[in-house]
Amino acid sequence: MSRSESLTMTGIPTGKVGMWWFLASEIPVFGGLIASYVVVRLGSGGWSDASSHLNFSLALANTFVLLTSSLTMVLAFAAVEDRKPKRLQLNLLLTLLLGLTFLMIKGFEYAGEIGHGFTPGAGIFWSFYYGMTGLHALHVLGGIVVNLILLVAALRGTLKPNEHRVELAGLYWHFVDIVWIFLFPLLYLA
Amino acid sequence: MSSWFPENVSTFGGDIDSLFYLILYITGAWFLLTQGLILVFLIKYRRREGQRAAYIPGNSLKQAAWILIPGLIVVFLDLWIDLRGAEVWARIKGHVPPGDLQVQVTAKQFNWEIIYPGPDGRLGTVDDLQMDNELHVPAGKVVRVVLKSKDVIHSFFLPNLRLKQDAVPGREIVAWFEATKPGKYEIPCAELCGFGHSGMNGWLFVHTAEEYQKWVKERWPEK
Amino acid sequence: MKIFSTDHKTIAKQYLSLGLFWAIVGGLLTHLMRWQLAYPDTEVPGWGFIAPDFYNMVVTMHGTIMVFFVAMPILLAAFGNFLIPLMIGAQDMAFPRLNRLSFWVFALASAVLLASFFVPGGAASAGWTGYPPLSAKAEYTGVNWGLNLWLLALALEFVSFLMGGINFLTTTINLRAPGMTFFRLPLIVWMQITAAVLFMLSVGPLIAGAVMLLMDRVVGTTFYLPEGGGQPLLWQHLFWFFGHPEVYVILLPGLGIVLEIMPVFSRKPIFGYRPIIYSTIAAGMLSFIVWAHHQFLSGMDPRLAMPFSITTIVISVPFALIVFAMIATLWRASISFPTPMLFAIGTLSIFIIGGLTGIFNGSAPVDIYIHDTYFVVAHFHYTLFSATFFAGFAGLYYWFPKMFGHMMNEILGKIHFWLTFIFFNAVFIPMHFVGLGGMMRRIANPMQYDFLQPLQPINVFITVAAIFLLLSQIPFVINFLWSLFRGRVAERNPRQANTLEWTALSPPLHDNFERVPVVYRSPYEYSSPESPEDWLPQDQPPAVAQS
Repeated sequence: MSRSESLTMTGIPTGKVGMWWFLASEIPVFGGLIASYVVVRLGSGGWSDASSHLNFSLALANTFVLLTSSLTMVLAFAAVEDRKPKRLQLNLLLTLLLGLTFLMIKGFEYAGEIGHGFTPGAGIFWSFYYGMTGLHALHVLGGIVVNLILLVAALRGTLKPNEHRVELAGLYWHFVDIVWIFLFPLLYLA
Repeated sequence: MSSWFPENVSTFGGDIDSLFYLILYITGAWFLLTQGLILVFLIKYRRREGQRAAYIPGNSLKQAAWILIPGLIVVFLDLWIDLRGAEVWARIKGHVPPGDLQVQVTAKQFNWEIIYPGPDGRLGTVDDLQMDNELHVPAGKVVRVVLKSKDVIHSFFLPNLRLKQDAVPGREIVAWFEATKPGKYEIPCAELCGFGHSGMNGWLFVHTAEEYQKWVKERWPEK
Repeated sequence: MKIFSTDHKTIAKQYLSLGLFWAIVGGLLTHLMRWQLAYPDTEVPGWGFIAPDFYNMVVTMHGTIMVFFVAMPILLAAFGNFLIPLMIGAQDMAFPRLNRLSFWVFALASAVLLASFFVPGGAASAGWTGYPPLSAKAEYTGVNWGLNLWLLALALEFVSFLMGGINFLTTTINLRAPGMTFFRLPLIVWMQITAAVLFMLSVGPLIAGAVMLLMDRVVGTTFYLPEGGGQPLLWQHLFWFFGHPEVYVILLPGLGIVLEIMPVFSRKPIFGYRPIIYSTIAAGMLSFIVWAHHQFLSGMDPRLAMPFSITTIVISVPFALIVFAMIATLWRASISFPTPMLFAIGTLSIFIIGGLTGIFNGSAPVDIYIHDTYFVVAHFHYTLFSATFFAGFAGLYYWFPKMFGHMMNEILGKIHFWLTFIFFNAVFIPMHFVGLGGMMRRIANPMQYDFLQPLQPINVFITVAAIFLLLSQIPFVINFLWSLFRGRVAERNPRQANTLEWTALSPPLHDNFERVPVVYRSPYEYSSPESPEDWLPQDQPPAVAQS
């Protein structure tokens, strides 16, 4: 058993305790950004004319992409528990590809918006839009990198002693997904 | 201690100063008590050959009472301070009384642009007059100050009037004061606003009623 | 000593070294500041003239450095890293490689901050609080890359300490030795993990806010710029939501050091172990709801002033309890006064003053007058300096034998204490009066104001005392460096203290303990009726009952 998997004083694997604290610290980051957005928006005009320029269908598609990727991440962890290395590799790969799809669609959205003159400096709504989705996208990218590392290790057969890391990466990935679940309605539906 | 404050010429300055003194007496008493006990204990209980310390963990209610009861006293004194504070705050910042006259003060790097409404008493009309860094008011009248900023956050500080209010760009914030005594008082900026923050200063001229009328007549010759 | 070590003890010393380096830089900046204030527009000895915008940079960087690059690395990272595994009976932190990464990220943050002095336009100059719009548009300060790098350095520092916080919390939760229940943990461990929780939960909004500020500066967004629909006050809320818990993040480990040292040199349990823990947790929770006492005059809704005044004054209660507990520890004790104890008592005495002046600041109407004056500066130096320097020195003198295997020199230590104590008070007591006289913060030249001129002799006095305060640190530097190599070799437990770190070698082995310790009791069983000695280590097995 690797150190971070060892069961210790509380019986909770050390790696999981660490990951929960990490996520606990990430929540106020997005929480602060989202709360600022809500407060500033409520205190001003409403911004619905600005938000109407967003591409709702692309974002809806992206929401399904992320949700599906959370599913494949869960399946990857299930494959670990069922000792099915091929299924693990497949689902890690799918999660990775879906994550990349999300980023591509987001990039396509950005390109369209900037093309229409809706740059980050185009108004306070756009400041928040780019800030929130940009920070989120960076987190998605981070998750993709982590999943890539796990996939490579799984393909090489070197993941064995550290398989629990798939669960930990999954926790992070679900968190990133949940943040999007908040961002989507606040930006695209409000 | 009163000599440390600049002279108070504000109708509400006395309230702030006496609240300060209330806090001073309370905190002063705690200061003397705590530092005194520390000093006494350090001397009285210094290590002596053959003497063992008393084993007092302080976790039982009976022992902890020695810190919990003073703690309770702290709570009551704290609440007293805040009750007094609430009254004073409500009177100064809680609502702005209807002013006898008003001025607009726009802060910018590194000046106070003061706009007087003129004889019609309304800002934004033809008889408005702008003066930089000079605020003229009569004693004994409530002055409403509409604070704005052209660039960064500044802070409108009248030490002798015990008044301070940040001027925030994009906002209009109203403050007020009533001067009790004629004189010339400074208006420093009290929020870091750039390389000219130090030296950003204006002058408040509090006139007697007659002097003020004279000043008005000079500024607005035909009425 | 491996430079890329994962050993928590080595990493602690790396943080300590970098923190002490920054303490020297931060201290030298005060020389520039105080000379300019006492003798405006004259040449500072060893430097030259100080232009007004450079003065703003000095003020800004002094605050930034002291809070984020001295107090945090020394009190949290150095002491926390060194002590936590040793005191809980573990071999190392839960994530040693993450620990190593956290230090090197901090080193990178330091490099970025240092670089910011040398870029065109100079270093950040909008105050350590960095309020926009001043900080949001380069043209308002004339500083461009300096402020961007400042934001980047802070972001890296936050990432480093978030990583550290994960380690501290996970380690304390999971890696405790058998018998080390939560209520047998030394108080400094409680303080460190409370500080870690406070930091982890409060820094997020500022990270968000800093990203927003950086975007305003670099990408053209208008989060804080009114001409683009933005709100300058938004930054203040995000900053202080973190900023207030942050001061307790710094204070708590400092108090923890005092709480460890006092029982050892009083030969008596710390009074009220459980009340202290409960007070600490209460203070931690309260610290999240006081932040707007920094914003009474900011233009925020005046109706918010009273609620925040109340929460602010209530937070004085748990700290009062901790102070009372420390004083009660001295009652009927058997007190000796080696250097660590002198600094610990000094911390208590100075912290009391800082806490009391906080009451003035927390009262909104009084704050109308004293906000942004030197009264505030005096207040926070009493609280922060006591926690960072008096407690920091106490901890260094106390744990130096364990960290480095040598004893420090007592005579130099006592000289260091008395000089520091006297000159610290000489600098900061008069500062209260200068503040009451109305002297504003962050001005480079008090002589530009008629009403401040009568106060100028006090400013001169403060400056002279400050120079002596800086010089008073020389005995410490000499003592520290000399003792590292030539100090008397230290035994395992030179002070006969109960906590687990004193059962290890001085300095400890790589894996800390020769055998996994087993813990039987609380850390503060001094002069216990259960032992003929006046101390009873945590890992000593209970005596077999006499038949």
